[in-house]
Amino acid sequence: MIFSNTSDVIKAEGVLKTAGYSIRVMSPPAQYRTGCDLAIDFPLVEQFGIVRCLKEEEIIPLDILPLSEERLEPLKICRVTDFGDYLMIKAANMKITVHKISRKIVNISGGGCPDVPYLASEMIGKRLSEAPSPRKLGYTLCAYSLNVAFDEAHRVMEEQSC
Amino acid sequence: MLVLAGTIPIQGLPLLAGQGVLTPEGLVINDHVLDKNRGTAAMMTTVAVVCKKYGLRPPLCVVAGDTGKRDGSSKVYAYLTEHLEELHPEVMAFHYIMPDIVRNNRLVKAIKRLERKPLLIADAGSMYVAKAGGHAPYYDIFTPDMGELAFLADEKADHPAYTRGFIWHMNQEVHELVHRAYHWKNAANILFVKGSTDYICRSGQVLTSISQPSVPELEAIGGTGDTITGMLTALAYRGGDLIEACMIAARANREAGSLAKPTPATQVDKIIECIPQALHKAETSLVESLMEGASRVQDSSAMVANGENIVTH
Repeated sequence: MIFSNTSDVIKAEGVLKTAGYSIRVMSPPAQYRTGCDLAIDFPLVEQFGIVRCLKEEEIIPLDILPLSEERLEPLKICRVTDFGDYLMIKAANMKITVHKISRKIVNISGGGCPDVPYLASEMIGKRLSEAPSPRKLGYTLCAYSLNVAFDEAHRVMEEQSC
Repeated sequence: MLVLAGTIPIQGLPLLAGQGVLTPEGLVINDHVLDKNRGTAAMMTTVAVVCKKYGLRPPLCVVAGDTGKRDGSSKVYAYLTEHLEELHPEVMAFHYIMPDIVRNNRLVKAIKRLERKPLLIADAGSMYVAKAGGHAPYYDIFTPDMGELAFLADEKADHPAYTRGFIWHMNQEVHELVHRAYHWKNAANILFVKGSTDYICRSGQVLTSISQPSVPELEAIGGTGDTITGMLTALAYRGGDLIEACMIAARANREAGSLAKPTPATQVDKIIECIPQALHKAETSLVESLMEGASRVQDSSAMVANGENIVTH
């Protein structure tokens, strides 16, 4: 399933996973690539349900096509660095740093797409629980990676408080 | 002329093409004040600071507002493609921009039509699209961090987010990643790899590494990679050897970090304030190490003349 922008893919992924569909976010086929884009892989038999589910959320795919070529999956592995009072979580080319006690986001580093500095200005200074999710505000693959780091930061901080 | 290009995270900011002027409030381009703590503006502010220190002509900055919707990026690509010839660029640095292979291909074509090729430096989204479009070897300098080096080393990835796990996990194997990036023609002539140790590479080889002074907190601070790219760009514009410019930029960024005494929560404007002093320290240290090297060569020559064995490390 191809979309007109990465933001729609990020939203569609959230909607479809919440609805219980087994989907994967992947790179689009070569003819659709611009250098910063995503597509969604899904079982063809579930097409009607999936499209209806997205329509209800006003997310309309640009195209749906069967594919056989090998494509890449976005990186979802994180690396954590402990700075004492702060934790830095890195996913792909994105880093988010959180103060351990206040849980405030103190820095966002890395990336190269235009929404990264925008997300930084919206998220820095806010607690993890209050900060807007890159999934909601972002448009690009860098935002996707930042979201992976953001989710991991939530998980690690929860683990630390247990 | 020194031309800098990139996007600014302000929705609706029109295309601006003008001199970057330093003010206490921030970098001013065509009467618009830009926040120097973020991305492209951090890089451009650093360039303006270094140009001022060395009495160089201020840079021409080409920016437009873009929060990820591609609108501002498209304007920057279009402006550069259409106006390149009249800008007479000697050095060009490209920064945060939406990777767009088609538009960047047009821009590269326009650069190739110029009478004299400018020195090309790319960081952030501009580096991603240069690699994805197959133009990396045409550029003179890329400034990746370790994650981005893994992306350059992965011949299949169009964006760092698609770097395959087995390559991303090779983060301790810098030489192998550098070799792969050059092997697949995904590196510029010079790679400046930013990290806890900085690596300066050319033609598939790591020429030198810089790790002192060590300020681990810098990795967490957004913009500390942009200050390296900014210093390097201005030093390249000043002229001289590019590898030396890389060494000075690496050392100066660390010195600026050390002078600012940062925590992981420090914002990059505090680092930028220390750059003029840090550059002085970095240049002094480079001159000292070159003199030390020269005296070692003299000593070695004397030892050879005396028939003694020499061991190098």
